[in-house]
Amino acid sequence: MGNMKKSIGASAADTGLLIIKAEPSDNVIALAGNPNVGKSTLFNNLTGMKQHTGNWPGKTVVNAQGSRSFHGENYIFVDLPGTYSLMANSKEEEAARDFICFGNSDAVIVVCDATCLERNLNLVLQTIEITSNVIVCVNMMDEARKKNIYINLDKLSEKLCVPVIGTVGRKKSSISVLMQKVDNIKNTVKKTTQVIKYSEPVEKAIEMLEPAIRAKATGINPRWLCLKLLEHNDELLGAIKSHTGIDFDNDSDMKEKQKQVNEYLLLHGIDRSRLNDIIVSKINETSESICSDTVRYDKSSYRKYDSKADKILTSKLTGFPIMFALLVLIFWLTIIGANYPSKLISDVLFGLENLLTELFIRINAPNWLCGVLVQGSYRVLAWVVSVMLPPMAIFFPLFTLMEDSGYLPRIAFNLDKYFKKCHACGKQALTM
Amino acid sequence: MSDIKTLNDLKEGQSAKVKELKSFGSIRRRLQDIGLVEGTEVKCLQKSPSGDPVAYLIRGAVIAIRAEDSSNILVI
Repeated sequence: MGNMKKSIGASAADTGLLIIKAEPSDNVIALAGNPNVGKSTLFNNLTGMKQHTGNWPGKTVVNAQGSRSFHGENYIFVDLPGTYSLMANSKEEEAARDFICFGNSDAVIVVCDATCLERNLNLVLQTIEITSNVIVCVNMMDEARKKNIYINLDKLSEKLCVPVIGTVGRKKSSISVLMQKVDNIKNTVKKTTQVIKYSEPVEKAIEMLEPAIRAKATGINPRWLCLKLLEHNDELLGAIKSHTGIDFDNDSDMKEKQKQVNEYLLLHGIDRSRLNDIIVSKINETSESICSDTVRYDKSSYRKYDSKADKILTSKLTGFPIMFALLVLIFWLTIIGANYPSKLISDVLFGLENLLTELFIRINAPNWLCGVLVQGSYRVLAWVVSVMLPPMAIFFPLFTLMEDSGYLPRIAFNLDKYFKKCHACGKQALTM
Repeated sequence: MSDIKTLNDLKEGQSAKVKELKSFGSIRRRLQDIGLVEGTEVKCLQKSPSGDPVAYLIRGAVIAIRAEDSSNILVI
């Protein structure tokens, strides 16, 4: 492990993220997870930072990091962008995958939403395929309880072969339990876990290719790398080259071996895209079977409340009227409501201006100085503050309220079609 | 109406199982990532006011899919 740590700074820098370690013994912990699972809240509570959390996907694009000490050791937490997958279909996924692969983190915490665990397990399983230093953090346990969803965490841990804890992101007690797990994981000897087992020809193909990859010692899980090579994931090969300097593309031995194995797969009717399908299906199938063994819902009340509200907020009849009414209300409150505090502030500030002018006259300051400082700088400042501050102080809290209520994704849903016509997507409605 | 049924043909409240994905490339990966693989049960929950996109219940999560994508998902 020691020699791996040295390279953290250099390799992480390539992804636009430099880990600043105070001590070489600092532990680097990555936080991964689907969008909107409370990852940023957890990150803030872990590090005591105040990174803004938002209730729409794709907020954490720029990775953030913060630190915390626990039992005399320092931990650096890295908040990865929220992704559903590590297949690198988007910039965020690529960044998350690169950090998990090449960031040499000591552990990866995968944060899951307890209310839809099955979907979240997709990312968990993909992460476990890359590294076994994973802690699964099933967040929003309180929400799940409200929806009558019960998760057997011990069984989940047994199935996934990694530690699992249930948390409520806002709670202090959750954080200390999580820290204890993080502390434990670095002291335990890692066994390679193989949660996902593919069908016979694929497993055989991995077996054929793995020794050659092992010999290259990339520091990346050879089994996973096998699969990616057989899938012809060229983009990943490029990333490996830039992070580790190992060039699979110009390695003729490797190419030859890879060709053999691909031919073997083809004999079994598995071409590249079929292999990809097999992998994705298998991961999904595994999530499904794990969930059916570990999650129990009380069907009767599950999702009832949510869907009733959704019916009203997004139906043909009431969707648009409610949306416009809400927007008009917010703008009305902002514009009309802001007038009163604006008036108050400007009265006070301009009252002060007169006093300042008098002061300048009394100390016999030259006219031009009084002009620049009082009639110029001060007056502009006073105007800006009195005009801009009240609307902002009203609009942003209201917007945050909408955000927290989860209404913003519904707006995106309502408006998507119209935004698509201008080659955009509904999510951009929020920006406007 | 042809015999081939796509996800887009579902009415609100109806459920179906995914048979095949006809889309290619990154959108195919995306659909697979959200759990749309062969045999996945999908329920049509709610159409948006304009009729497109439509919200579906997929593996416990509510996901909106546009008609251009859902018409490439064959279901039974």
